[in-house]
Amino acid sequence: MKQGMLAEVVGIVGHKGVTIEAYLARPISASPIGGMIVLHHAPGWDDWSKEVVRMFAHRGYAAICPHLYHRRGPGHWEDIAAAARADGLDKAMPNEQIIGDVEGAIAYLRAMPDSNGKVGVIGFCSGGRQAYLAACEIPELSAAIDCWGGSITPRGDPTKPASLSRGVLHRTPDMQVPLLGIFGNDDTNPSPADIDEIEATLQQLGKSYEFHRYDGAGHAFFTTDRINYRPEQAVDGWRRVFAFCETHLS
Amino acid sequence: MCTWETYRATIAGSAKGVEDWTRLTAVNVFYDHPANAPFDHALILDFVEDASRPGRRVSIELSATAASELLRVMHDALSCEQARLDLVAPDSLIDGSSERRISIETAAS
Repeated sequence: MKQGMLAEVVGIVGHKGVTIEAYLARPISASPIGGMIVLHHAPGWDDWSKEVVRMFAHRGYAAICPHLYHRRGPGHWEDIAAAARADGLDKAMPNEQIIGDVEGAIAYLRAMPDSNGKVGVIGFCSGGRQAYLAACEIPELSAAIDCWGGSITPRGDPTKPASLSRGVLHRTPDMQVPLLGIFGNDDTNPSPADIDEIEATLQQLGKSYEFHRYDGAGHAFFTTDRINYRPEQAVDGWRRVFAFCETHLS
Repeated sequence: MCTWETYRATIAGSAKGVEDWTRLTAVNVFYDHPANAPFDHALILDFVEDASRPGRRVSIELSATAASELLRVMHDALSCEQARLDLVAPDSLIDGSSERRISIETAAS
């Protein structure tokens, strides 16, 4: 554990060379350290996501949370998230843009003088899906953590074309990054059946993965400021996360 | 005329707004994770002034049950005599400007 840390808002060069704001926290340390990219959930670049960044810094990692809705601003992150939501997912968070922003965050962390060169990505909700996709598209990552990522599998109502989502499961053959998955068995997206399908795909393709599925927990059960917080399951889940990081980012 | 038509529902949710009256041009309606209301999902109404100014919005987050209650009382209010007249008025526009305008020259003549 690192008792001292520096936390600040920085600019990183993301997709198509656009500079976006990002919340950075790193321990005050002279030793080489790994990096972690935190992908915030759909409600936005919120206080809880920044707490997660500081948590990783406390555990000895340089952590950064890019503001994935930055381009929709300027303004308060909450208002920007609402405007992005009104634009629709495909315009607010296109996959290509997310991957470009993650690559920018990797470059930023690796350029830090105390970087050991290893960078992971962790995402929550939509961020979980994006972490899964990043594991398929960015082999430079050393670890990927999917926390209840929804819509990884195809879904939608065939009678409502606008609701159809192809998901990202079809990208699994290209995954080259070890994957950790954290899920609640009471969640509906992803549901237990969705997780079964994802796990079967990973097994069939011989991918390196580790899943933990929790009874009595639904969506977003790590989130301390939301109704779905489940302390017992969250404490164990975080223990799994940091053990995975110790293995792959040290 | 003043109608005094009043309807009330008990609801649960959260809201935030702007400091003074503002013109509205659109409402975005979602059923998704709320920013503040203590629910996993909520019916979210974002009343916006201008899409280019994300901060100029009035946001309301309601539980699904509260939103259903709101629909019920809204339907009741729109069923009153004056509302039914306004809805079928020949020049009734979405901005509600169905009143006849009297020109000053006509009134003065």
